[in-house]
Amino acid sequence: MSTDPLYLFTPGLVIILAALPIAILRGWWQRTFIVIAPIMAFLQLWTYSGDASWTVAVSTFDLQLLHITCAGRLFASAFIIALWLGGLFALESASKIELASVFIYAGSAISVTLCGDLITLFLFWELMALASTMVIWAEGSEAARRAGFRYLLVHLMGGVILLTGIAGLAANGSTLDLGIIGSNSLARWLVLAGFLVNAGAPPVSYWIADAYPAASPTGMVFLATFTTKTAVYVLLSYFAGATVLIPIGLYMAIYGVIYALRETNVRRILAYSIVNQVGFMVAAVGIGTVTAINGASAHAFAHIMYKTVLLMGAGSVMLSTGKDQACNLGGLAQRMPWTTTCVVIGSAASMGVPLTSSFITKSLIIGAAAQQHLMWTWLILTACSAAVVFNAGVRFPWLTFFQSQTSAHIEGGHDPSWPGRAALMLGAGICIGVGVFAQQFYNLLPTSGDYHPYSLSHVVAQLQLLVPATLLFFVTLPLISNKPRVQLDLDWILRRPLLIAWNDIVLQLFALGLRWRNFFVSSMVRGFKFLFRHHGPRGILSRSWPTGSIALWVAIILASYVILYSL
Amino acid sequence: MSHLPILQVIIPLLAAPLCIVFNNRRIAWFVALCATWASFGVSLLIAQQVLQSGALSYDIGGWPAPWGIDYYVDSLNAFVLLIVTGISALALPYANRSVEQEIDPRSQPYFYSLLLVCLAGLLGISITGDAFNMYVFLELSSLSSYALIGMGPRRRALTAAYQYLVMGTIGATFILIGIGLLYSLTGSLNIQDISYQLHANNIIGSGNRTLLTAFAFITVGLSLKLALFPLHLWLPNAYTYAPSVITIFLASTATKVAIYMLLRFCYCVVGSESIFQLTLGQIVLLPSLAAIIVSSVVAIFQYDIKRMLAYSSIAQIGYITLGLSMSNHSGLSAAILHMFNHALMKGLLFMTMGAVSYSVGSVYLTDFRGLGRRMPFTMGAFIVGGLSLMGIPMTAGFVSKWMLVQAAIELGWWDVVILILIGSLLAVIYIWRVVETAYFNPLLELEEEEIGEAPLSLLIPMWLMVIANIYFGINSAIPVEFAQQAATLLLGGM
Repeated sequence: MSTDPLYLFTPGLVIILAALPIAILRGWWQRTFIVIAPIMAFLQLWTYSGDASWTVAVSTFDLQLLHITCAGRLFASAFIIALWLGGLFALESASKIELASVFIYAGSAISVTLCGDLITLFLFWELMALASTMVIWAEGSEAARRAGFRYLLVHLMGGVILLTGIAGLAANGSTLDLGIIGSNSLARWLVLAGFLVNAGAPPVSYWIADAYPAASPTGMVFLATFTTKTAVYVLLSYFAGATVLIPIGLYMAIYGVIYALRETNVRRILAYSIVNQVGFMVAAVGIGTVTAINGASAHAFAHIMYKTVLLMGAGSVMLSTGKDQACNLGGLAQRMPWTTTCVVIGSAASMGVPLTSSFITKSLIIGAAAQQHLMWTWLILTACSAAVVFNAGVRFPWLTFFQSQTSAHIEGGHDPSWPGRAALMLGAGICIGVGVFAQQFYNLLPTSGDYHPYSLSHVVAQLQLLVPATLLFFVTLPLISNKPRVQLDLDWILRRPLLIAWNDIVLQLFALGLRWRNFFVSSMVRGFKFLFRHHGPRGILSRSWPTGSIALWVAIILASYVILYSL
Repeated sequence: MSHLPILQVIIPLLAAPLCIVFNNRRIAWFVALCATWASFGVSLLIAQQVLQSGALSYDIGGWPAPWGIDYYVDSLNAFVLLIVTGISALALPYANRSVEQEIDPRSQPYFYSLLLVCLAGLLGISITGDAFNMYVFLELSSLSSYALIGMGPRRRALTAAYQYLVMGTIGATFILIGIGLLYSLTGSLNIQDISYQLHANNIIGSGNRTLLTAFAFITVGLSLKLALFPLHLWLPNAYTYAPSVITIFLASTATKVAIYMLLRFCYCVVGSESIFQLTLGQIVLLPSLAAIIVSSVVAIFQYDIKRMLAYSSIAQIGYITLGLSMSNHSGLSAAILHMFNHALMKGLLFMTMGAVSYSVGSVYLTDFRGLGRRMPFTMGAFIVGGLSLMGIPMTAGFVSKWMLVQAAIELGWWDVVILILIGSLLAVIYIWRVVETAYFNPLLELEEEEIGEAPLSLLIPMWLMVIANIYFGINSAIPVEFAQQAATLLLGGM
């Protein structure tokens, strides 16, 4: 325990509590909170000493609400910055309920990165799932409602798996404190599975592209930041070096590329790009060396920044034109110069152009793979790195702002007003700043390492990768259709065959039930008829008998009594 | 005070001719009312004395027991006296308006006179310690009840009364033959003395044929009178077509008194240790179970609700004889307690029938449509009576049925337990039919005619019965005490 007065609330709780005035207040008061709360949280975060912690005893549990680690502080900083930028961007257009949900969501994500044990983690994990569902639902359409519900189902399932795992760990006597989970038990695998659901790992990678684009243009900016990156954080905190994560990460990287290639909705392209980039980080966590962990943390930070910029760009386009299908967009560069500029910087950052953030972070991951002599991993990561050109890198800005169609048929299309513009520019600035001040950024990473990205060979190699890839993109451009289409994913199995099978089972059971019911009813009717024949008003047991016959019966019964008594 | 036992019989017996002498229906009713209330008071005093100082004995004319007739009251017949006078004390205030409507004004003094004679007969059976005297009172009560049933408002009352007359006479004759055979064996008519003679001369142990035949006649005769299952055929018509008051009165008292006679003869004459009653138990068991199930099912199919309740009565008598057939203390206590509780619930249910018949004119199921709204107090009372009949906790019916189930469990007769519960379920069905019709089947617009709640003079006795049903369901200490004392007495011999 510390006597630090700032411990009254953790940064995450500050953000969560700010949701209340944001939900209640309106106008400038509300905006003040939106802008001030992240700044306060950020200042608080960086006033903590490097090993600060705060434990609260709730019944028999010790909840470590605060447990500062280097990686946690980096992730939390990225979250707070993204929240602040997104808040600026959403200041004028987002609904109250969306903003309040976003603050709870972001606060929970920050709390996850700053907490010190699995139980606290789980509490904020679930809060995050609920609040993010609210963010999706805040969009208000029927499609958003349905997508939000699917999203909630996936995450509640993940939560249940995680809770089962945590309970299993506790039952095994393993510690629930922050740190690599050592024991190789079923519980550990359940915790891992619970984390991976949020990371968008197979087989549930589909939920990212399914749910996020259903949110509002502003909502998706936030959604893209928190859930998957908290997953990366908890993976690198609890599962660094778990080699099973390498193939999972590679699958996600390839999955993101391929699905983005076939996608025509620009926001969905960016959603698949998230899976692709999170795949890098998951693979890095799987590699597990110091460089790889540094790379995962650094890339998460960089990715949050440029993806925020890109999504704000896409959000501006959608807010001002109402469109997010590639075939409806294009040629907006002149109408939205600020947005275009920032998005181009963000795209460059996503590709890893030298002097941008991704150049110095992704190279850590790929370098780590090379150091460990993981040939296939290195190869796939490099290929996927080049393939970013086909989604967030060149394709997204091209489709949105530059493709040769005239923009005459598009109504609207203008830069956001000054807070949004400021957010875009600040985000773009961070993307470049991180790339330029590489060594200073590296000092923030979990472990200090000696890595110099700006060697001649690295810069040349990266350009050798990107330039041909870009050329290839323009060459193959006519081959990639921009017609909207439905992409099949693994959730098809849930939605079609399983649904059909389920319906079939229900029908069969129903038919069976009906047959039993018929049998039951017919035997009831037969039984009833029998009863009625004998007991009904005209039945032998209830009709009035002639007096003489009763007397005869009396005699018979008397005789039988006499015989019975004499026995 | 020492003349209480004879007062019990003599008050209604002497009041009966007064009704005819005055020949005015109002005065006749008032005389009958006073007589029954006086009887009730007397029976309360007797019960108090019996509880305090044990059995009472009264030698008529000062002739001591084996030679003269003695009246002998122990806790068993004190209880029966209470049932009979209590029900009549409630039935008489009820009778005023009901009889006024149902019976020709000129016959009304005769009606009250006959009712008092019947009451005197039933009380005489209950109180006397002399077997032949018992037969005389049985004939007294039977003959008057034939006439009373015959006064029913529908013409079929006459055939019902006639059939009851034939059956009742056969029963009474059988009982007389049985008593005669006992007399030939022992030379005595006093029940205690017969028992003493049988034991002293070792007639019981030797399997005497005369004794066996005597008992066969008595049990069959009594089975007829108490409407044990295959011999119940007179009962549905008699109850259905009798005037409402008579149905209330007979259903609650006449069969109970017959059961009392059976208990007296089986347990007090032969004694509890005898092989007979084991045989009796076996013989009565099957008809009892058949009565519970078959009569309940028949009741479900009845459209005349009074007739439905008559069949229900047969089933309830089945419960009583079932307890009797168990021949153990808890079974007998349950049987005796159920005599009391059945009088309460069936008295109440037939009172509601009388009220419905008073307001609506008949008691077919279709007549009950919408009555839940039009006669809320009557139907409320019906529901309480129905709950009691089903044996729902907090009603009187529950206590005795619970005791009966416990007795069956004590003996390990699980199949009987299940049959008892099935019987209760069947009761739920036939009561529910009426409740559903009354509360959920509204009258058609066209049929709207002014049907109001029954007059207060019907409602007050009815709701006193409702209170009794609930009170003795919650606090059953007094009747249970009586029943257990009586059971101890029967099993301990006289």
